Amino acid sequence: MTDSAIVLAEGDSHFPPGTDSFNFRDWFTGLSDTALVHMFTTITFAVWASVAILIVFFLWAYRKPQIVPTKRQWIAESAYGFIRNTVSIDLMGKKDGVKFAPYLATLFLFILIMNMWAIVPGIQISPNSHIAFPAMLGALSWIIYNVVGIRKHGFLGYLKMTCVPPGAPWFIYPLLIPIEFLQNLILRPVTLALRLFANMFAGHLILLVFILGGFEMLNAGNIFIQGLSVFSFAMGIAMTMFELIVILLQAYVFTLLTGMYIQGSLADEH
Amino acid sequence: MIHAAEGGTAILFPIWQEILVGAIAFGLLCFVLMKFVFPMMEKTFEARVDAIEGGIERAERAQEEANQTLEEYRRKLATAQEEAAAIRDEARADAVAAKEEILVSAREEANRVIAAGHAQIEASRQQLVRELRSEVGNLAVDLAGKIIGQRLAGDADTTATVDQFLAQIADDTAETSGAR
Repeated sequence: MTDSAIVLAEGDSHFPPGTDSFNFRDWFTGLSDTALVHMFTTITFAVWASVAILIVFFLWAYRKPQIVPTKRQWIAESAYGFIRNTVSIDLMGKKDGVKFAPYLATLFLFILIMNMWAIVPGIQISPNSHIAFPAMLGALSWIIYNVVGIRKHGFLGYLKMTCVPPGAPWFIYPLLIPIEFLQNLILRPVTLALRLFANMFAGHLILLVFILGGFEMLNAGNIFIQGLSVFSFAMGIAMTMFELIVILLQAYVFTLLTGMYIQGSLADEH
Repeated sequence: MIHAAEGGTAILFPIWQEILVGAIAFGLLCFVLMKFVFPMMEKTFEARVDAIEGGIERAERAQEEANQTLEEYRRKLATAQEEAAAIRDEARADAVAAKEEILVSAREEANRVIAAGHAQIEASRQQLVRELRSEVGNLAVDLAGKIIGQRLAGDADTTATVDQFLAQIADDTAETSGAR
């Protein structure tokens, strides 16, 4: 029983929170020893719920699009238009920007809603605090920007473009080429995934520290410490607000960097 | 069941079941949004741009039309003013000519009337002179007969004398009228 919600319900003090605070039990205990383990947990529920919310909202909001938008149509258009205009078109120009805007917008919305679960009461865990989801998205970005680059410049041309920086003196190439190769072709998806994962993981941990800490203080025998628990809970609320900023920012950063990588692959050879 | 039991680094190793779930869910989301929603949004954006640009174009066309109409109107006004001026000039010239003509004919008429008056007066005078002359002759004969006491009427000599006398008077009258 490591589900933090269960922990609170049972009044079982589980402080300090650790990595096992991120493990959620299977909903159907019969599956735990089969290949379907981890398929039906609070985490996967949040993933499916995110997808369902987005699909239902966008299909509903954009059922009958009009030139003069209704309020919900306007909201849906703003969500797409935000990424389309400030990320995609800004980075890649009108033609390529419009081409990649749908993927980038979907990516942004998916990460955003997934992150939001971190502060939704009753769930309070983002699927993105499990590395599987950021890793999957990072790998997808890696595939996309590489395929785009190879299509545009050819395999060798793309390799040369990404690994050989222009303007560097020839004798520094032995040092520079491996670094560029590592940086541009190996580490990019890793950093993408880790950045998002670590932010959501740490955010959850911080919320746990303050909220579980508050309960821990309440359970203490000392009346003075019990009184101080108020500050711990207040800090938990403040951190929830802070978490909201992180949620928005990380979704944006992931999308922006993916856009920049695609743009780099599309760029003309120097 | 509890995955992280192996240690802290376990959090860095993705659970493949979750990758699968994430990939399927995200794939589904991409499919729906990128196929059914965002392309429609692009279409709406385009339609909106078209509507706005079309509106601007229509407004520009209307503006141009209005300008053309105004220009045409101004040109017509200018032509009309020129025509009016021409007509006025012509009318003035006509009036002057008519006035001259009227003056000339009036002067002629006046002269004619004056001349006719003169002629009439002259004729009347001649007639009066003629009448007076015979009257004076008769009076003179009557007077002379009464003075002399004898009837001179019918006497040839007397008649000749009277005629001579009258002729003389006529000469005198002619002289005096000529001198006047």
